[in-house]
Amino acid sequence: MASTIRVRATSSGETTEVQALIQHPMDSGFVKDAKGEIIPPHFIQQLTFEYEGKNVFTADWGGGVSKDPYVKFAFKGGKKGDELKISWVDNKGATDTTTAKIQ
Amino acid sequence: MKLRSAIYLASAALALAALTLAGSLPSDAADKIDPVADAKAFQKFFTDKFPKVKFEDFVNGPYSMNEDLHRQWQEKEQFPPYEFSLEMGKEMFSKPFKNGKSYEDCFPNKGIGIRQNYPYFDEKEGKVITLELALNRCREANGEPPYSYVKDEMAALTAYMAFTSRGKPMDIKIPNDPRALAAYENGKEYFYTRRGQLNFSCATCHVQSPGERIRAEILAPALGIVNAMPIYRSEWSGMGTTSRRFTTCNSQIRGVPLSPQDDEYRNVEYYLSYVSNGLPISGPGARP
Repeated sequence: MASTIRVRATSSGETTEVQALIQHPMDSGFVKDAKGEIIPPHFIQQLTFEYEGKNVFTADWGGGVSKDPYVKFAFKGGKKGDELKISWVDNKGATDTTTAKIQ
Repeated sequence: MKLRSAIYLASAALALAALTLAGSLPSDAADKIDPVADAKAFQKFFTDKFPKVKFEDFVNGPYSMNEDLHRQWQEKEQFPPYEFSLEMGKEMFSKPFKNGKSYEDCFPNKGIGIRQNYPYFDEKEGKVITLELALNRCREANGEPPYSYVKDEMAALTAYMAFTSRGKPMDIKIPNDPRALAAYENGKEYFYTRRGQLNFSCATCHVQSPGERIRAEILAPALGIVNAMPIYRSEWSGMGTTSRRFTTCNSQIRGVPLSPQDDEYRNVEYYLSYVSNGLPISGPGARP
């Protein structure tokens, strides 16, 4: 299984722009399947981006975020070639982590 | 009220008269099935209607019709939503079946870069064979259960096969066989026949009104519409195959869809692919 996280981080000198796409069903817990049974809630609760050991971006999510979420943000600093660490944890306790080099 | 029905009756009688007249005329060249002329006229229609759109840009559907959408799409393409499916397809494609063979053994050139030749007319069977049908036949020949034609695995596999053929011009051949011409003609007829509660044909939207809005969406031109298959549609928040596109189109006009890979659907795909000959394969695509 490949990583569920796709990241692209590009530095422009002063700031670093980060884009990420995460593969996750993000079930809200309010949707019924074809048989009329409720699909249990299954969503990412926290997503974090770490740079040099510091959190540069944290998202506290719930069931309102759509499937396969896409995030884009920028932070001050960040050098080409440095590593960015991305991880998420969902309401079932599953997690995934990946690192990406800033371009 | 009375007057109106009289008018209706009169116009119906006129129409009938016209029909009988047309029927009694000797058949001329217009009745001949001429795919080459069809394709030429079809492509000319779109290039005349949209002189600003580059020929190879038609495969990008609604994005070729609207600059705003085009910009959004280009931004999206840096991070294409079909990427996960594509990766899955790539993995599945080379993974052997239980009997040790894999998809590569079913296709010419190991299945790489051949999307532009599908659908083709099989002269042994006398039927149009689409890529989706060929994939499921390959599975069944190797003792595996067939996949659903609509999404998930089938979309992933076709996405990978389309991706390896990107940029190659669509190259559909119609052999000199009356059955092939009949299949082509049947597909064309299906495409232009009105149906469903809304009384729309495929052409109502995709020939008459490309570039127009249908609610918040922008209609895609029929030219090159199959070149981008399979597609990730934001509306579906997932992938869909050509079969899915046909069945959902039919239900949206409140008609009764045929089952995926029905003879007529395969013929429609044959027709649409043929008249899009020369346009590059751009699948897997993304659509709003």
